[in-house]
Amino acid sequence: MSKPMNIGDVCTGCGECILACPFGAITIVGGKAQIGDSCRVCGVCEPICPVKAIVIKKSDGPQNFNDWRGVLVYAEQHEGKIHPVAYELLGRGQELAVTLGEPVYAIVVGSGITNAAEELVKRGADKVLAYDHPHLTTYRDDPYSQILTEAVKELKPSIFLIGATSIGRALGPRVAAKLKTGLTADCTSLDIDPQMKVLLQTRPAYGGNIMATIYTQNSRPQMATVRYKVMTEAKVDPAHKGEIVKKTVNPSTLQDRVKVLGFEPAKEQVSIVDADVVVSGGKGLGEPKGFELIQQLATALGGAVGASRPTVDEGWIEYRHQVGLSGRTVRPKLYIACGISGAVQHQAGMKTSDVIIAINKDREAPICRISTMAAVGDLYEVVPRLIEKIKEKKGSGTP
Amino acid sequence: MSVGLNIVICIKQVPETTEVEFDKETGRLKREGVAAVINPFDEYAIETGLRLREKYGGKIKVVSMGPPAAEQALRDAIAMGCDEGILVSDRVFGGADTWATSLTLAKSIQLSGSHDIVICGLKTTDGDTGQTGPEMAEHLGEPCISYVSQIIDVKDGKVTLKRNLDDGVETLEAPLPLIITVSKDVGQPRLATLRGRLAAKKAVIKTITNKEMGMNPKELGLDGSYTRVTKIFTPEPHAGGEVIEGTPDQLADAIYAKLKEAKIV
Repeated sequence: MSKPMNIGDVCTGCGECILACPFGAITIVGGKAQIGDSCRVCGVCEPICPVKAIVIKKSDGPQNFNDWRGVLVYAEQHEGKIHPVAYELLGRGQELAVTLGEPVYAIVVGSGITNAAEELVKRGADKVLAYDHPHLTTYRDDPYSQILTEAVKELKPSIFLIGATSIGRALGPRVAAKLKTGLTADCTSLDIDPQMKVLLQTRPAYGGNIMATIYTQNSRPQMATVRYKVMTEAKVDPAHKGEIVKKTVNPSTLQDRVKVLGFEPAKEQVSIVDADVVVSGGKGLGEPKGFELIQQLATALGGAVGASRPTVDEGWIEYRHQVGLSGRTVRPKLYIACGISGAVQHQAGMKTSDVIIAINKDREAPICRISTMAAVGDLYEVVPRLIEKIKEKKGSGTP
Repeated sequence: MSVGLNIVICIKQVPETTEVEFDKETGRLKREGVAAVINPFDEYAIETGLRLREKYGGKIKVVSMGPPAAEQALRDAIAMGCDEGILVSDRVFGGADTWATSLTLAKSIQLSGSHDIVICGLKTTDGDTGQTGPEMAEHLGEPCISYVSQIIDVKDGKVTLKRNLDDGVETLEAPLPLIITVSKDVGQPRLATLRGRLAAKKAVIKTITNKEMGMNPKELGLDGSYTRVTKIFTPEPHAGGEVIEGTPDQLADAIYAKLKEAKIV
């Protein structure tokens, strides 16, 4: 947009920037480059310009944030049990903190959370803020966001990380807005910029087709919600010493404009769009009954069943399972395609999945080319063995 | 509620497909022939608003922040049955992150009269953050309920509704006015009707610029944003097709090892 991006008179209209712009936002008007509405101010064009005509207006430069120190992790808990994403945040948080030479903090809000707080210390937190109150048993938008806001104002961490669960993604924006700071959603990678010492927050956009690295320029803390199961969990270290601070809950923070009338625990069945694991079947199943095997594998992995269009057209399975251009688009952590050749239309609905595994008799099937791993074989021989292995490991209790 | 509900729906115009690809030679996003449409998640917000109006009466205002071309998205919403469209558009709004966007939207909603409920889609298909709704609620000082799956009733200045959490469904009661973001469970969005299309053609879209809002430009757009994009790149392609062969047992073992590596099992 015209505001932050300026093109100076020295512009020769050479067009180098047009080629460089990932958004096609630059055109030549009257022999000079002009930046249009689709500009996302990504800055790619600035260093490309041979005559240095493009200037991105920098704001007043990073302020002094020296009094903001430490990496704070929000430890979501359910009935006193910490959500594993918090351990992942502590894992990455420790590494970031070491780079910065700063401490790692955790904050836990709930009722009867003493054990949870101790667990957080074992997972590397140097200090745990515990807000324990009978009225805080389950997540409530108003009190939880109020408590986190006050805690952050008092503690002044330079970085504040929240798991991108449905609670985290509701809570994060509330807290960020109250704190008047930036928030980057659903990050998949976090790093420290070696020069500026700021948090580089990388996240997917456009359905995972592009990645953007973002930083928080002129406010603190630097806040990000972080996708579950991308970072490595902090190891348990019973010898790690940390302080548990039992915070008094200010009664005014307990006010809640919203009243809970009821809660219905989720049924086992997961929808394919939300599932972390999708196991799909195609015409290679040979018959409708084949989906029973697909369901077994999906159940063993805690996932949902997907299907290719031909199987739905044949009436083997309901439409709500269909993955692809004319069905649902899914982006699970794991997609297993059994007996699916992988037409372009099917790929359009699943190719941004984190890990793709194909089981197919035909090694030339298109799906094999886009898969992380393609196993060439008969799914009726491979899948039952795979289910056995998964169940075996589950039964023996080893993680 | 004899006069019905004042409903505001926030929508965004996005590229029709997220299948944006980088052209390897030019390093540009391939955008040729990509149409701009209402963010698909926002269609569920529109559907929610239309159902509310059907049940309780009232009026639906659709608000969109974007370039002048976003006017078409507002017309499309009117074609689906909304009453009025407001385009929030000004050069100084450009380059906004979710903070600045939510602030601008909140101000323009305040400027366009009172509301009982503001409905947003869960997220957009381009930015994919889901933050604008909840942040806007903070700016408006109103409660926000995300992931709403069903509105049960609106009565005596209160709404009862259901929302999805990771581990189940909550039933909640909240006072009006409030902000909600809705999931796809609220119901399949309807198609535009012929009558709606005619109304959309004739509709006068009101534009709000910063002249009407009168905000400090430093609070808006890129200047008003706390976050900055420093780099945009294409994700690594899938570590190119490792194809394995062997006995069913070997294949199952290899797959299992992969699942372990990916922390699935």
